[in-house]
Amino acid sequence: MTGRRDTTGSAGSRLLGVSALVGVAVLLLFAFVLTDPDVRVHPTTGEEFGQFDAVRLLYLHVPMAVLTYAAYILCAAASVGYLVRRTPWWDVTAYAAAEVGTVFCGLVLVTGSIWGRPVWNTWWEWGDVRLMTTLVLFLLFLGYLALRRTTVDPRHQARRAAVVALVAVLDIPLVNRSVEWWENRTLHQQSTLAELKIQDLTLFTLMLGFVVFGLVAAWLLLHRFRVGWLEQAAAEHGVAMAIAERHAELDMPDVDAAVGDAGDGP
Amino acid sequence: MREVFADALLIAAKDLRIEARSRVLVNQVAPFALLVLVLFGFALDADQRTLRTFAPGLFWVAVLLASLLAVQRSTSLEHADGAHTGLRLSGMAPSSVFLGKAAAVFVQLAVLEVLLVVGIVVLYGSTIEDPLLLVVSGLVAGVAVAATGTLYGALASGLGVRETLLPILLLPVLAPVLIGATRAFDDALGAAAVDGWAWLGLLVVFGLVATVLGALAHGALIED
Amino acid sequence: MTHLAYLVAGWGIALVVLGVYGFGLLRRGRRLTGQVPAGQRRWLTSPGDDGRGG
Repeated sequence: MTGRRDTTGSAGSRLLGVSALVGVAVLLLFAFVLTDPDVRVHPTTGEEFGQFDAVRLLYLHVPMAVLTYAAYILCAAASVGYLVRRTPWWDVTAYAAAEVGTVFCGLVLVTGSIWGRPVWNTWWEWGDVRLMTTLVLFLLFLGYLALRRTTVDPRHQARRAAVVALVAVLDIPLVNRSVEWWENRTLHQQSTLAELKIQDLTLFTLMLGFVVFGLVAAWLLLHRFRVGWLEQAAAEHGVAMAIAERHAELDMPDVDAAVGDAGDGP
Repeated sequence: MREVFADALLIAAKDLRIEARSRVLVNQVAPFALLVLVLFGFALDADQRTLRTFAPGLFWVAVLLASLLAVQRSTSLEHADGAHTGLRLSGMAPSSVFLGKAAAVFVQLAVLEVLLVVGIVVLYGSTIEDPLLLVVSGLVAGVAVAATGTLYGALASGLGVRETLLPILLLPVLAPVLIGATRAFDDALGAAAVDGWAWLGLLVVFGLVATVLGALAHGALIED
Repeated sequence: MTHLAYLVAGWGIALVVLGVYGFGLLRRGRRLTGQVPAGQRRWLTSPGDDGRGG
């Protein structure tokens, strides 16, 4: 396996990928089979209430939400790193974190909406602070990715993107504040979790969710980073090859020196 | 420090002089903003009570849409005839260029806001209950929009797709301004019972952060 | 099980999207690796792996 050179995989990332896949399978087992639905009994009326089986969506939704914010913080940190150091490593890291974070963020919004329909009885709740903040965050990073996809000198793009990421993350507390004052209510009571009959197994499954989706995110980040790195290397290599060709046309004797190690490529 | 502001004044005066001669704001941006108000009227079925209730929000949506045009115009000034090269060679600090351009956009937005207030009073039947709050929050939100818009205008400048990129970059960032300014106007126009002055605090914070960040970041965006 | 449709939709969409995105990354990586000489493939030049510049 390790002998193959035409992929972005490495021994480490394959191990990570396999553990993530196994982890998802185990998580599915815990989330759907081993844990009980959230059913509570009203102390006086004896009525059953709670989230019932919809709670099983939270083992997916909550870890992904936390990881979304983690990815965006990583993106902002890497953007600062880029503005200070100006090396491609920081830039590629920021791009990778933003893209993976946006995939996660979109899924958080979708799964949250699907969960909200049976539990809150609505697909979308305009007054909810966390919901609206996450939506604005998603839109901000769609803009970031749109900027990233424009064609322009890579160093210019890296600087612009770093500023956009920083502003986006700085904007979040203000969005949060304003939405909170705006409607001054939230369905996302901190209690969504605290209120559950927290059995050991429920809590364990949730923690497992953090670990498993953490592995998935790490695998995606790693591969996205390598793709980004390759994109830059390919662009540079393309320029080097073009220069070499020009030199060859001019019939220069030391073409190999001009190409560098490019001749080793497949 | 004083030099920074003196240079900023020069830049702002230059942009405003160009505006005075070309009259893009008067001939295009202001009519567009009024058109938006009229379209809202059509969309909401010309019921003046509905319109009066939503006037603050409609007002600020119209300002944000018009600000996109003002910002596009402001950045395109620097790209015509390679003017930005001349600006860089002038040796002015990037932060004074930013402050100057933001100030010019702000002045234009302030004129626009006056027009739009007249517009909602005449077309939507709004009444001004608290003129001081209206003026102060209008100005502060104008600073916030102008500073953020100028920063993002610089970000998107020089890209082939800047006309389509600017809105998706700028509008989500301005979400807190839209909410805050709408609430302040809710109070000032008596459209809803909220404490507009409290919202002004949020607008002040946003305006300060946007101005400082823009002045600092502008150098990174236009260097080399 | 209550809310089965919601559960299948939520988990299904999430896992499918992540899977498609992951596979897309692998494919993009495979395509790009061919364009870059082995010495510049960062993770293959690290010690303990096999690709020290060919």
